[in-house]
Amino acid sequence: MLEVRSVLKRFGGATVVDNVSLRVAAGGIVGLIGPNGAGKTTLFNLIAGSIAPTSGKIFLEGVEINAERSHRRIERGLGRTFQIPRPFSEMTILDNMLTAAQAQSGERMFATWFMPGRVAREERINIDKAMALLEFLGLVRLAQEPARVLSGGQRKLLELGRVLMADPRIILLDEPGAGVNPTLLNTIIERIIEINRRGVTFFIIEHNMDLVARLCQQVYVMSAGRMLFNGTPDEVIDEPAVIETYLGAGTQ
Amino acid sequence: MILDLITYGAFFLVTALSYGIICLGLNVQWGQTGLFNVGVAGFVAIGAYTSALLTTPDVVERFGGFDLPIWIGWISAAFVSGLAAAFIGVITLRLRADYLAITTFGIAITIQLVVLNAITITGGPFGIGFIPRPFSGLQEHPLLFNLANLSLVCGITGGVYYALERLIHGPWGRVLRAIREDEAAAASLGKNAKVFRLQAFVLGSAVMGFAGAIQAHFIGFIAPENYLSAITFQVWAMLIIGGSGNNRGALLGAILVWALWSITGAALGLIVPAEYQARAAALQIVFIGIGLAAILVVRPRGLLGEVTKVSRVLIDR
Repeated sequence: MLEVRSVLKRFGGATVVDNVSLRVAAGGIVGLIGPNGAGKTTLFNLIAGSIAPTSGKIFLEGVEINAERSHRRIERGLGRTFQIPRPFSEMTILDNMLTAAQAQSGERMFATWFMPGRVAREERINIDKAMALLEFLGLVRLAQEPARVLSGGQRKLLELGRVLMADPRIILLDEPGAGVNPTLLNTIIERIIEINRRGVTFFIIEHNMDLVARLCQQVYVMSAGRMLFNGTPDEVIDEPAVIETYLGAGTQ
Repeated sequence: MILDLITYGAFFLVTALSYGIICLGLNVQWGQTGLFNVGVAGFVAIGAYTSALLTTPDVVERFGGFDLPIWIGWISAAFVSGLAAAFIGVITLRLRADYLAITTFGIAITIQLVVLNAITITGGPFGIGFIPRPFSGLQEHPLLFNLANLSLVCGITGGVYYALERLIHGPWGRVLRAIREDEAAAASLGKNAKVFRLQAFVLGSAVMGFAGAIQAHFIGFIAPENYLSAITFQVWAMLIIGGSGNNRGALLGAILVWALWSITGAALGLIVPAEYQARAAALQIVFIGIGLAAILVVRPRGLLGEVTKVSRVLIDR
């Protein structure tokens, strides 16, 4: 599904992502863990196309996508969420969702003026889809509220819903569990599993090992820009190098 | 007496609404997209001169005078202003807000200077006269003439307003807002910010050029000093006072500010002795400035602020 081959990113003199390679198989949930500053989010930004790698290649379903900007990558089915959620705060939650729908005729000026029927029809379909997703995520009650009213955890859910509107085949989730209360965290985990069951691949950055163990079949561990280890969650927890650099002594 | 008042009222509203259309154009750029265009005067001038050149009768010492119908002039005005904006936009839209402001300001001054000096095309400081006025057959009856023009301008304003409302409350406007709020997030959802920004810039400028042409034809005469930065300032004041991000606010602001402008102009004419009139005219700008400052204190979002809900379709249900 997704392949990163020897990707390197330098910011000035600092090598933030150092010759990283990885594979995410279709239909899986793969984790990415590592200490703060390990380069995880930078790696996500490289995969999503927000920044360009210094060297190395990124493939999505076998196609090299290095040269494509981020707005093209979602058209290919690669969605991402942000570590700190970035809702469009002054827009309603429903409008946040609708913005994410792909290939809308109404995004073209002339279609808006000269094909109003078609635009309205698509809009109704998108609204139904958005409302169904909001229902699924437990946000439907808030659909007409501006996104700024949401709590931190609800913002994570909205980001997930927004990216789902684009029908991605793979989603990069940046710390879905950070700063989320335990009840809501359970909801998020259940929803991710449910979406995955419907055929969407996930690649997840997360610090919460409990969440990683519940979700992921495979885990990559990054440290100081390098790929340190990869294996099943159990293998990761037992690996001495990972315990030393990340989990810390005292974690069994 | 009452007839005179109605005539003047109609005349006043035609001018105010023509500013209102310029204001609608600026609202697409600033209110919806956050493009800091301080070159409004330039795009209005391009529209006015384009239409004037195309529709005036042939003149010996000047280029053109193509004697075409008025409506061709108006449509061409929008087209040429939009084209100029596309050209300028491709070069400058990567610039961040304040740099874009400086650039557009410079461009507007350049356009004004070109208009002033390209005498063989624009008539230079003498301007272009004999621009055909709509309903010129009615000119002997000021009341009818002004009312006919008012209904025409009302119809056009309504049309532009409706077309822009459709856009702004549809998916296109939604993308613009999303880009304005968080460009990286919008890009991650597949929206090409550069393309949408350019579209808004071109559309807004085309509307400004169109309005410039309407003004030119209503007055019948244009000259370079009509297109100094003062008009840019007026239009900005109109948008901010009326409510940036709201088309109804843009129109309301245009009417109010133009009323303030006309009333202070008339009052100064009555109060100030003749020899100081020219200098006292500067006070009109001061009054608008005071109005602007007052609104920013009392209602920072303008008289009619932006509406949060965008999706009309759902609300209509």
